[in-house]
This record gives sequence, structure tokens and C-alpha cells, in this order.
Amino acid sequence: MGGIMVHDFKLQGNVDRRCFLRCAMASGAALAVGEYSPPFSALALPVGTEKQDDAQFTVEAKFYQKLENKKIKCKLCPRECSVGDRERGYCGVRENRGGTYYSLVHSRVCAAHVDPIEKKPLFHYLPGTVAFSLATAGCNVNCKFCQNWDISQSRPEQVPAEFTPPRRVADLARQYDCPTIAYTYSEPVVFSEFLMDAADAGHEAGIRSVVVSNGYMQQESLKAAYGKMDAVKIDIKAFSESYYKDVVTGQLKPVLDSLVTLRKMDKWTEIVYLVVPTLNDDDAGFQGLARWIKANLGVDVPLHFTQFHPEYLLKNLPITPLPTLERAKAIADAEGLHYVYIGNVPGHPAQNTYCPKCRRMLVERVGFTASRMLIHKDCCPFCQHPVPGIWHT
Amino acid sequence: MELPAAAQKSVAHAKSKVVITRDALLRGTGSTVDSRRMLGLLDRAMQTLFDRDHAIEAWSKLVRPGDTVGVKVNSLGGRGLSSNLQLVEAICERLQEAGIKAGDIVVWDHDSDELERAGFRLSMGGTGVQCFGTDRVDYEPDLVAYGSVGSRLSRILTQRSSLLINVPVLKDHDGAGVTIALKNMYGVIHNPNKYHPNGCNPYIADLNMLPDIRGRMRLTLCDATTAQYEGGPAYKPEYSWNHNALIVSQDPVALDYTGWQIIERKRAEKGLKTLEAEGRAPHYIATSADAGHQLGTNDPQRIALVEV
Repeated sequence: MGGIMVHDFKLQGNVDRRCFLRCAMASGAALAVGEYSPPFSALALPVGTEKQDDAQFTVEAKFYQKLENKKIKCKLCPRECSVGDRERGYCGVRENRGGTYYSLVHSRVCAAHVDPIEKKPLFHYLPGTVAFSLATAGCNVNCKFCQNWDISQSRPEQVPAEFTPPRRVADLARQYDCPTIAYTYSEPVVFSEFLMDAADAGHEAGIRSVVVSNGYMQQESLKAAYGKMDAVKIDIKAFSESYYKDVVTGQLKPVLDSLVTLRKMDKWTEIVYLVVPTLNDDDAGFQGLARWIKANLGVDVPLHFTQFHPEYLLKNLPITPLPTLERAKAIADAEGLHYVYIGNVPGHPAQNTYCPKCRRMLVERVGFTASRMLIHKDCCPFCQHPVPGIWHT
Repeated sequence: MELPAAAQKSVAHAKSKVVITRDALLRGTGSTVDSRRMLGLLDRAMQTLFDRDHAIEAWSKLVRPGDTVGVKVNSLGGRGLSSNLQLVEAICERLQEAGIKAGDIVVWDHDSDELERAGFRLSMGGTGVQCFGTDRVDYEPDLVAYGSVGSRLSRILTQRSSLLINVPVLKDHDGAGVTIALKNMYGVIHNPNKYHPNGCNPYIADLNMLPDIRGRMRLTLCDATTAQYEGGPAYKPEYSWNHNALIVSQDPVALDYTGWQIIERKRAEKGLKTLEAEGRAPHYIATSADAGHQLGTNDPQRIALVEV
């Protein structure tokens, strides 16, 4: 393992932060289609507590503009932070040092794990396979419901991390028989430079890359960074600017722009909408979202309505009731979307993929993995209706 | 929890006292602050603030033997524009004379390396005055929240400081307008980068409402020996000047308002636009004084400004 820290945030959410960062988990081989996921084996690895050497993680940022007085303007995300000398941007992982802007998180992996691809979730991308999933600290928004706030809302020096340069990422992915590297858990927008280099290293080794992101990016950085991805999962936090302002500390419009751009780039994209009780669970929001997707991205883009669990700054709200998720799905189905899923509800039939024409089940999912996969040559084997996605390695 | 002095005064509509002491000869003929003159400057400030004839009597109004005292400095500006070393030494000296054990005093900021770059000598363990950053002890694992703010607090604050003496620097800030007393609490939390939008408003006010901060805050001793009117918060020698002053108050809002006016006067003297005209007036000061916060007053009619 070479000291790489790999852990599962969801499984160990109540464990002491440093303790669970010491937990390493590795999976067996990639799943064969039609098989169940083998249980992961866990082993503990020592993690150094000494101060990290910042220099090895520091590279000049790619997307920024130099201003007078040693100030800079970040051009990575729509926030466009104006950052004075010795200060950091909103994300906390980019610092102005004497008028030059630096990323502090290149190769600074604070979380890594071998995950089923369904956990991202990506349902129309190599079902039944696993992804070498990694993160650095930092995020360019501050969602009040964040499940991984202890890394996403921290500065890199506050989180134990391992120096894991791009080639090492690719080597680890290959070592664990992962056909894919997934950039996830925190917010990959903020480690774009690392993501781009790791994707290149992966592709050289025959390993694909996917990103799990909020899509809150400027167009140029989106094209440059996510242009290197083989698939993208974007969160639409709500179909409401006020929600983005109050709950996310971001904006909806740039996210929608990102989705349109990804569509034009012909990137395989899936959308997740976390349904938070009382905040973004109204029919008009569901309908507006579905209509926008249909009009701008098409009916074949998978849409996942996922269940909220109280966390971070929204511990006062209940878990999303299942009927709410089913109502959301019914509304999106009625608008004509072909692939509407319900997530975070193990065993729900809306986790499976059905042919939009003959309604037969094509991919059966149990927990976070595919247990049966019938799609053949990108089509329904029963009626030959095309089913979009990246189905085979 | 008992309200700090500033809030009590605010509630009672009494005037908040802000004392400015200056010493034109603070540096003698050189550029370094003279330790003895600094001690004298500090004593004058404290005696005036607390209406006492002797410095130790003034300090005894603040601290009692057995207290653990956090001296929260600002070390962002390196050696040029961080909390003055001689001032911090003078504070520690008087605290000990007021009965605080040296080992119960911790001089701190968020990062040890930054403290060293500012000239502080790190010290952790032993019986002497302690000096280190939060990086050595980490932040509390749990979040605390108020209004727009949700953060993890430095364990130096929560576990090593039964009360807090705030020692900020008087300086310009590209986002907040100015950074003085209230903004210095950004060094107490793990995620200050999240609270810079909108001129740090209402984040600064909300942060200072956290009971762990508000309940411990006893005094702000603002270092205005070297101040900066533009280009902050990093040190820009071309925009800094030797003001050779201390600004002292138990009302951080009144102190910030007073410091802001000093910076505006300097900006006018240098032919610069007001912070308002630059679109970065420190609105967080008014928010800190509003009915929802009551951290102090920003009303000049309710500030008793004493210059000695």
C-alpha cells in the first residue's frame, strides 16, 4: 500500500476524524457483471502526525489573473475571489504568495478508497466496476448539509494527507484493479490542477477518470479540467437561486451553464439532486428542474433524487421521507425524463435501470453495486431500444 | 453565562471607553520599539482605562490568580506588521505581576510558523510563558454555530484560555475594510476563508457572538505602533506608518470604530478615497453593534474617547 490512506467516509462517519483517517480499506478485483460485491477488507495503517511539508503540494494555480498591489483574481469558479497577498481564496486551498497564486493541494490526498462506481452515483457508467476514489481538502461552496464537511470545509494543513502524485494515483488504481479514478468526496473543482495531471497519468495507464462535482466553475476552467474526464456527475442542489444563496453559498446559473457546456462537449453526465425536507422539496422545484433538463440536456440524462441525512449545519431536519422522493421521481417521470432514480434508499426498485420503451429491468442494483447487468451493445436486449451510457470497458 | 463588560455596558447604555496612548519617542532614534517605553505606554493605557493609579491595580480588575490567559496576537504581517513583540512581552510581564503564573499565559495565533516569522519564539511545555499556534493542538472536533457561522474552535481558546486578551494590529483589509479587534477572531477558527464574502459581514459579528469567544473576551489591546492604511492585511511598507500608539478598550466595537476613523484620516492625508468610496467600508462594525448582536457600540456619541 505504500502508506496511502484509504477510507470510507459514509461507513465511518461517527468515528473520530483522525482515527478513521488511519483506517485503510481495499477492495478485491473489479466486479464481474452479475456478481455481488465482495466485502471490503480493512486494515489499519500508520499515518504520520508530523507537520506536512507544504512545498511538495504547492504548484502555481492555472486559472487566475494578476492584479495591482500583489492581488490576484481567481478565475477557477464564478466566485472570482479577489485575494490579497498572504491570503487564501474562499476554498481555503489556494493562496496568494507575493502576487502569485498557488494551489496547496496538488497530490495532497486526504481521503482515498476503492468504491463501487454506483456510490458516486454513476449508474450509466461501467456498472459493477469500482473506482479508485480520492479527495483533497477544500471546497468552493459551503453546503449546510455537507456529509464530508470535515475535509471539504477544512484547510489542507488541518487534515492529515499523503503525498500521492499523479503517477502514484494511476499505479494505485491499477494495483486495485480499478478501471476508473474518481475525484470525489470534497469538491474536485478546487484541486483542478491535480485532477488534470492525475487524469493524464491515468489515461497513459489505460485508466479512465470521472469527477463528482458541484459544477460551480467558470467555463474555461470547466472545459480544461473536466474536458479530461470520461464521465461527470454534477449536483444540482436545488432549482432555486435563493437556495443556492442561503444553503449552498453559491449560485445556480453557473451550474446550469456547466451542464449545458458538458452536454456540448459530449461528456457523459449524470445529475444528483439531494432532497432536503422543507428546503428544496416542493413540486414546482422538481417540475422546473425536470423541464429544464428535458429542454437543455435531453430526456436521456440520468437524474438521481437522493435522500438527505441530517449532518453538519442541518442537523435539525429529518431524513427525507420516502414518499417525498417518490413524488419527485413521479414528477420527473411525468415530464418525460427516461432515467429517474431514487438514491440512498437501499433496496428501492427505483435504483434499477429500466428500458424506457419496454419497461423491462436492464440493470439491477443492490446496495451500492450492480448485481445484474443485461444491456448489450448499448441497447435493451428485449426491444433493442438504445440505452445511453458508457456500459462496457 | 455572564456577559462580558462590553455587552453589559451596551445594555446599560453607558458610554464605552476607548483609550489611545501615544509616545512619539517610542522608538527613540532608531526603528525598534523601546521595551521600557512600551511598558510605560501600556501602563498609561491600562491606568487610564480602569481609572487606577497603578498598573497592577488595573490588571487586577481583569485577571485573578488561577486564570489561564490567552493572548491572541495577529502574526499575518510578518515582522513588519504583526503584534509588537515588546508589547506582548509587556502584557505578559504585567499579567504575571497581577498573579498569573507564567505557564498559565499562552501567546497564540492559528499557525506556529507564522508566529515564528513574526518574530515570536515558540515555547510549549515547561513553566515559562507559552507560545504556539493552533496547529500544535488542533481545533475542537465539534462545530459551534451562530447565525451565518459554523466553525471548529482552536483548542488553545477552549482548553488553555479561561479568558482572552486580544492584541490585534491596526490595519487596512482588502475585504473587510479594516481588520482590528473583531476580525482578529478569524484566527480562532478552522475555516476563516469561508467568511470573507460581502466584506466579512455579518460573519465577523456572528463569529464574535459565539459564547466561547464572547464569554472569554476581557480586553482588546490594539497595537498601533505600526499601522497600515492601504494594501492590507499583508505588510506593505509603502502604506504603513509609525503611529506609535496603543488603542485599548473593553468594547471591541467601539475600538474598531475608533481605529477605522484613524485609518480614514490617514487615507485622507495620503489623498486616498474613503473605504466607503472604494466599496469596502467596514459594515461589519455596525452589524456588531446592532440589536441582534450588541457586541458594543459604534455610536460616536456613546464612545468616551480618551487620548493621553
